[in-house]
Amino acid sequence: MSEITGAQSLVKSLEAAGAENVFGIPGGAILPAYDPLMDSTKVRHILVRHEQGAGHAAEGYAAATGKVGVCMATSGPGATNLVTPIADAYMDSVPMVAITGQVAESLIGTDAFQEADIRGITMPITKHNFLVTDPADIPRRVAEAFHIASTGRPGPVLVDVAKSALQAMTTFQWPTELQLPGYRPVTKPHAKQIREAARLILESRKPVLYVGGGTIRSRAHRELRRLAELTGIPVVTTLMARGAFPDSHPQHLGMPGMHGTVAAVAGLQKSDLIISLGARFDDRVTGDLATFAPGAAVIHADIDPAEIGKNRHADVPIVGDIREVISDLLVVLEAERAAGREGDYESWVAYCAGIKKNYPLGYDTPAGGLAPQYVIERLGRLAGPEAIYVAGVGQHQMWAAQFIGYEHPNTWLNSGGAGTMGYSVPAAMGAKVGRPDATVWSIDGDGCFQMTNQELATCAIENIPIKVAVINNDNLGMVRQWQTLFYNERYSNTNLQKHSGPVRIPDFPKLAEAYGCVGLSCESADDVDATIAKAMEINDAPVVVDFRVNKDAMVWPMIAGGASNDEIQYARDLAPKFDEDDI
Amino acid sequence: MAELSTGKHTLSVLVEDRPGVLARIAGLFSRRGFNIESLAVGPTEHHGISRMTIVVNVEETPLEQVTKQLNKLVEVIKIVELEQGQAVQRELLFVKVGATAETRGQVLDTVQLFRAKAVDISADAVTIQIVGNRGKLTDFLHVLEPFGIRELVQSGMVAIGRGSRSISERSARPVAVPAPPAAS
Repeated sequence: MSEITGAQSLVKSLEAAGAENVFGIPGGAILPAYDPLMDSTKVRHILVRHEQGAGHAAEGYAAATGKVGVCMATSGPGATNLVTPIADAYMDSVPMVAITGQVAESLIGTDAFQEADIRGITMPITKHNFLVTDPADIPRRVAEAFHIASTGRPGPVLVDVAKSALQAMTTFQWPTELQLPGYRPVTKPHAKQIREAARLILESRKPVLYVGGGTIRSRAHRELRRLAELTGIPVVTTLMARGAFPDSHPQHLGMPGMHGTVAAVAGLQKSDLIISLGARFDDRVTGDLATFAPGAAVIHADIDPAEIGKNRHADVPIVGDIREVISDLLVVLEAERAAGREGDYESWVAYCAGIKKNYPLGYDTPAGGLAPQYVIERLGRLAGPEAIYVAGVGQHQMWAAQFIGYEHPNTWLNSGGAGTMGYSVPAAMGAKVGRPDATVWSIDGDGCFQMTNQELATCAIENIPIKVAVINNDNLGMVRQWQTLFYNERYSNTNLQKHSGPVRIPDFPKLAEAYGCVGLSCESADDVDATIAKAMEINDAPVVVDFRVNKDAMVWPMIAGGASNDEIQYARDLAPKFDEDDI
Repeated sequence: MAELSTGKHTLSVLVEDRPGVLARIAGLFSRRGFNIESLAVGPTEHHGISRMTIVVNVEETPLEQVTKQLNKLVEVIKIVELEQGQAVQRELLFVKVGATAETRGQVLDTVQLFRAKAVDISADAVTIQIVGNRGKLTDFLHVLEPFGIRELVQSGMVAIGRGSRSISERSARPVAVPAPPAAS
């Protein structure tokens, strides 16, 4: 077997693992790997402008395609700049492999130039991580990293490779089997639990399918639809699961949680059985746990056993891949149906439909200025359900989750668990690389946009024509909304245009043009459609549209942080009326 | 002999013997807000596998959540809870006690009484080794206290199940996972 460098072995390993796109930036410790990378015909390396951009791009690529996203950085600050996207991928179960250079083995622990213990730093935010000092270990660790990242509950895996291992001579041998005695994710659900779940489903009168991001990660949307239609049970899709079930479907009650629809919140709150599929009873969904869905029994299915019973007691715990769980449930429920046994949910379904009808999502059109919700609603309408929408974090994210109709999985990308401002532009870039034929819209806030818009340069130069809708209200909008509601309208440090000059700083269309993109702006409702149409016509360059919107718009409905879901407000100081007798 | 309070559980954790495993487990306990009472790590009868005995205080967090989170760590192979009655639990303690010509006899009597062992004797002190459960060690120290305890060092608890079965028999065999195929 011919000898090659560890660096060559790393590139061959990435090729063998099927990595087609790598987002990264070179630097001292990882430099040896960049030399053979230049010659690789299988791996496209996309040179980003900031490592955080590389990490979010890898996330966006993974979330849009279901494949493992790969990012690469050098040691020290290069690696620490990946920390935020790694934490983000951990929270949202995104399959990602991060390759970092480390200082030479002889220098580890000496506070060498650009040394950081990235393995130690990322231990709590990775599914697993490795430090490789022996070049012979490179193929095995890369294979393990891809396997761990993409199986079970997906997540980020970091492989830190010492520069000395990249420079040393070795041989390349792709492993035929992996020795991971402690890693055996359970995907096949227990038959007894499935039967018990089916029994509860048939006995319940007010069941609801609580669909989480795990349904998308396990590609279970078809099975979910069959389950919903077979049983007629109402469906709610969490922020991470938007698109797992068509928004146009009559059984869909919408998104639950702090800014969820009244129907979805009530659907959970008043149910007698919650069928949780790849969801984790996050505090943003449950509100005050003690008063969450007090009358509901819980069937909790998740591939991660530690999620089951973590926040809410599960009456029927099911450990397994959601697609297999639903498939097995379908077999049992179809047999029951053939034997004449079906659930009786008629009055419950009518009750939910009534709430859905009485409390649709809506917004006020401001007397002056542009309603941000209108912009996002029109964007969703004009770009359609085949486009991919990638949000930042804040008000615009919630409106994008509310006012765009999602019909397909992997078309709604956002930072759900971590709430990472700055996710949108680089994640949209990654999504566009993974799905070049799809229209990819980044929907960003002016605060978020200023955190990572340097990747517009990457998009322009690497021919990644994303479209960015900046929902620009001159403020950190969600924080401002909380200040309006809970801090007596004292707007501490949320105004991003706190100056007396006549123009906004920065001028986003000019900024876009400086980055080699097309910059557009829109200030009135009358121009929204035409501006979006213009942006949709440009496919040879990234486009940034500065939508200058009203700063006083608020996200409704809302359940205040820590409050009970019973206290949902449909609009400010307006609580919905539930007629319990109807159930 | 004092029993452990109800919030305390003894976990035997088989882990891959790799650098960083201890940091990973200790980090998990701290970030999830679990409380470690005692920790002991050592080799097992299988090469490449270490065994940790962790005494965890779970007044607040259900033990189930602790074991599930531990199980998620890739390098954790197996976790067994060793119940009080079904396991032997021991700690090792060295204690340096002041002992003059007049008191040395009393100290050594106490050593014999507790079936401890004097491992080093100097002009004005005796160093004693004692092995036992938490209750025995506490009682022993109580008796020695009047002589003046100058220095004390104690191991974490180690524990093993009673009977002929081994917790590592089956889990020691590594399960091979097919590697992803090399992309052509």
